[in-house]
Amino acid sequence: MKVSFIKAILTTVLAAVPCFALAAWNMDFQAGSTVLANDIRDLHVIVMIICVVIFIGVFGFMFYAIFKHRKSVGHKASNFHENTTVEIIWTVIPFFILAGMAWPATETLLAMRDTSAPDMTIKATGYQWLWGYEYLDEDIQFYSTLTTPKGQIEGTEKKTENYLLEVDNPVVVPVGKKVRVLTTANDVLHAWYVPALAVKQDAVPGFIRDTWFKAEKTGVFRGQCAELCGKQHGFMPIVVKVVTQEEYDNWVVSQKKKVSNSELSVENIFVAGTD
Amino acid sequence: MEAAHAHEDSHDHAPPSGIVRYLTTTNHKDIGSMYLWFSFTMFLVGGIMALTIRSELFQPGLQLVRPEFFNTMTTLHGLIMVFGAIMPAFVGFANWQIPLMIGAPDMAFPRMNNWSFWLLPPAGMLLIGSLFAPGGGPGAGWTMYAPLTVQQGMGMDLTIFAIHILGMSSIMGSINIVTTILNMRAPGMTLMKMPLFVWTWLITAYLLIAVMPVLAGAVTMTLTDRHFGTHFFNPAGGGDPVMFQHIFWFFGHPEVYIIAIPAFGVVSQVFPAFARKPLFGYASMVYATSSIAILSFLVWAHHMYTVGMPVEAQLYYMFATMLIAVPTGVKVFNWVATIWKGSLTFETPMLFALGFLFLFTLGGFTGLVLSVVPIDVQLHDTYYVVAHFHYVMVAGALFSAFSGVYFWLPKWIGKMYDEKLGKIHFWTSIIFFNVAFFPQHFLGLAGMPRRIPDYSLQFADFNMVSTIGAFGFGISQVFFLYILLKAIKSGEKAPQNPWDGADTLEWTHLPSPAPYHSFEEAPQVK
Amino acid sequence: MNNETRANNRLMLKKLVVMSLLMFGFGYLLVPLYEKICDVTGLNQVVKADELVNTQVDNSRLITVEFDSNSRGGLWRLSALEKKKKVHPGELIEVMYEIHNPSDFSVTGQAIPSYGPTYASKYIKKLDCFCFKQQEILAGETKKLPVVFVIDSDVPLDVHTITLSFTIFEVEGGRTSSAEG
Repeated sequence: MKVSFIKAILTTVLAAVPCFALAAWNMDFQAGSTVLANDIRDLHVIVMIICVVIFIGVFGFMFYAIFKHRKSVGHKASNFHENTTVEIIWTVIPFFILAGMAWPATETLLAMRDTSAPDMTIKATGYQWLWGYEYLDEDIQFYSTLTTPKGQIEGTEKKTENYLLEVDNPVVVPVGKKVRVLTTANDVLHAWYVPALAVKQDAVPGFIRDTWFKAEKTGVFRGQCAELCGKQHGFMPIVVKVVTQEEYDNWVVSQKKKVSNSELSVENIFVAGTD
Repeated sequence: MEAAHAHEDSHDHAPPSGIVRYLTTTNHKDIGSMYLWFSFTMFLVGGIMALTIRSELFQPGLQLVRPEFFNTMTTLHGLIMVFGAIMPAFVGFANWQIPLMIGAPDMAFPRMNNWSFWLLPPAGMLLIGSLFAPGGGPGAGWTMYAPLTVQQGMGMDLTIFAIHILGMSSIMGSINIVTTILNMRAPGMTLMKMPLFVWTWLITAYLLIAVMPVLAGAVTMTLTDRHFGTHFFNPAGGGDPVMFQHIFWFFGHPEVYIIAIPAFGVVSQVFPAFARKPLFGYASMVYATSSIAILSFLVWAHHMYTVGMPVEAQLYYMFATMLIAVPTGVKVFNWVATIWKGSLTFETPMLFALGFLFLFTLGGFTGLVLSVVPIDVQLHDTYYVVAHFHYVMVAGALFSAFSGVYFWLPKWIGKMYDEKLGKIHFWTSIIFFNVAFFPQHFLGLAGMPRRIPDYSLQFADFNMVSTIGAFGFGISQVFFLYILLKAIKSGEKAPQNPWDGADTLEWTHLPSPAPYHSFEEAPQVK
Repeated sequence: MNNETRANNRLMLKKLVVMSLLMFGFGYLLVPLYEKICDVTGLNQVVKADELVNTQVDNSRLITVEFDSNSRGGLWRLSALEKKKKVHPGELIEVMYEIHNPSDFSVTGQAIPSYGPTYASKYIKKLDCFCFKQQEILAGETKKLPVVFVIDSDVPLDVHTITLSFTIFEVEGGRTSSAEG
């Protein structure tokens, strides 16, 4: 696609500016690990290019006027105040630009919302303030809470790499499988958001919603609750571990043992974080 | 002009002095000034809250405030800035300018005007007072999504009450404005001859009358859900939490334009004045503004792409939202065409208007990015959205308000501000604004959720930059207060029309400062 | 201000006040309107029996129906006895949910159905369901709760999996101690 070519140019230009090249100053989406995440990034590049072109057009005129049509260089004001042709042109042209944008956007959106034919289904339930997961096909359920020690949050200990993005029980899924995620909530609204998987779905108490992802590579992907849900809204991360099918099967076996050993209840979960 | 002078003398009741004057005044100029001072006070209060937020976010970790207090700060910062600072500021402009610009002696309902202002201070105090309520202030965000609101303490009730009062004040103010514009114009001032600022307020006032009651309804439902056992938003009783969002954004999206449209009006007066050239495309400006207002009722659910709407609905809202870019684009092109081939000078009002044009357009671009559903799903509720609406509301509405204050100050107080200081105010504001908010785009792209008091290490650098910018921006606004006070105390005397290209009635027919009673004899408009 | 303007202003005031009152009413009207729209488009489901339109069984297709449950609050536990079932569109299906109340008082609850994907609610026709009325669960009781439904034969071809989910809420004031109950 053309887009990747233009992206290459943009990257080169940005990399030429020293401070932009530093990894810590990440100025783009997190590296995507699903097809959708990459489609969204491409869409974003298309829209940004349109914006840059319009930017140059509009502000080219504006800055030209600012520098050349000023009184201090002796420019005399003209008196025109309408021009029907120009006005029609700049009303109509944006329609076409927008239609050009809407087309790929619609395609991606339809793909994004197509939750049919999943390989497996996981239900994520938002609680104040942790996530509960249930593997509908496997009869596995567990809670997933923040493990960052209080000392790191309060500043008495040094913060480690995955500060605020680490949990006791991550979601484990096999690579290359379409995973459908049902979301719901126990108390107030939450949202299940993992940037690298291009998934964000509100969790609404009393109702289920669905979304999906299909991770293209193994790895650990971290996200957070994205809908204000009370005082510890910032302290209920999501960690998704994408593993090979074999590792996943082993994990399922070990989880089933665990579940039979302990009755889980949200009441006796210790909520990490503050207070 | 002579007529106006004569009337000034013939008025035997000079305004009473001191606090009584302001408590009892029905004069549109007094009320306009009170609105403006009230809004500036609330702007500083909301600013302190913003700086509390930014201080906590200076570094990862919890240093200054507890998370629940942080939530209260984000909530009240939003409510105070929207309802306490920006909206009253433009109502202040409307009070001062509309009668002057259409040649009316005062507003249509002077006594109601007094009430609609004096409702504001109690509402503001309720909002600030909610911080000290048992159970803490409201912490559910300025959007007040159910069912989190049901869990809040008494601060939420105070907030709801404050919103009722603010809504009542807005509706009364709007009724006054609509009636004034439609019934009190000077002979010869046809609708299509009105200055664009008056047009934008006519449209805004209708929007306010249409949507403020809906907000009142939404918060009343929240109140009865909290205390009287109704189940509007409670699934256990057959309600739906998502419905609150639909009702809220039915108000909330037009509200964005309630804030933006008067701002469009102000800069549409400023550009021609400093380009010494008439506004380009006056008629298309009127039509574009009206279509933006109408379209704003049809796109509310683009704030809710992640709640799980059917895909057909998402597509509709995406297309409708993109459509708004067309009239908005027309306005931007018209402004650029207005300064094109003009004879430009760059006094402070013009600088702020150009700053508005530049930054508001950037906010428009990010709006275009967000209109695309798949991208929005990634960016929704992240700092990208925070950056987007601050470009629209601060760089849009606030810069336009600054432009208006510098522009009309000579007419209001009869003295000039210090041009050099004004320019410093502009440059510090625009630079620090960008330092504060531009990095937030990157934070959002990288996935930092909004409304969190603490964040992971990858977001540390840009947050630090943003906080530094926010403090610079805050200090610039204290400097603005100094500029104002200096102008009032020792500004040079202003001529009747200090701006070459300004040609509306207040500049052509009235001396500076505008007399306490003006246009008692309506001017004849050609 | 002359008298004519004054009268005009009064009239305008009345019109605008009426307009704002109407809009306040409109805010409330959005509630039933929203429910109506959801009803027509089948987004949210009213808690009542559906009418069966098409009884033709389509043996050529199999749809996986997942049965999910959520128990609001930590008190009790609602669960489906079967986690999933493959069904033909048009076929009459009965499944069982089970609820256990471990406490020493009886509790009344109301279940709310929900569907994934949401538009699937249009095609699941519930003929009988424990969600149609409130359920009282006695102290220590384990109760079986039936759902009888048919998947409409009009279900789109790309639908392969449907989740039927129930969330059970405690009804306010629905607790009675075992001594009284």
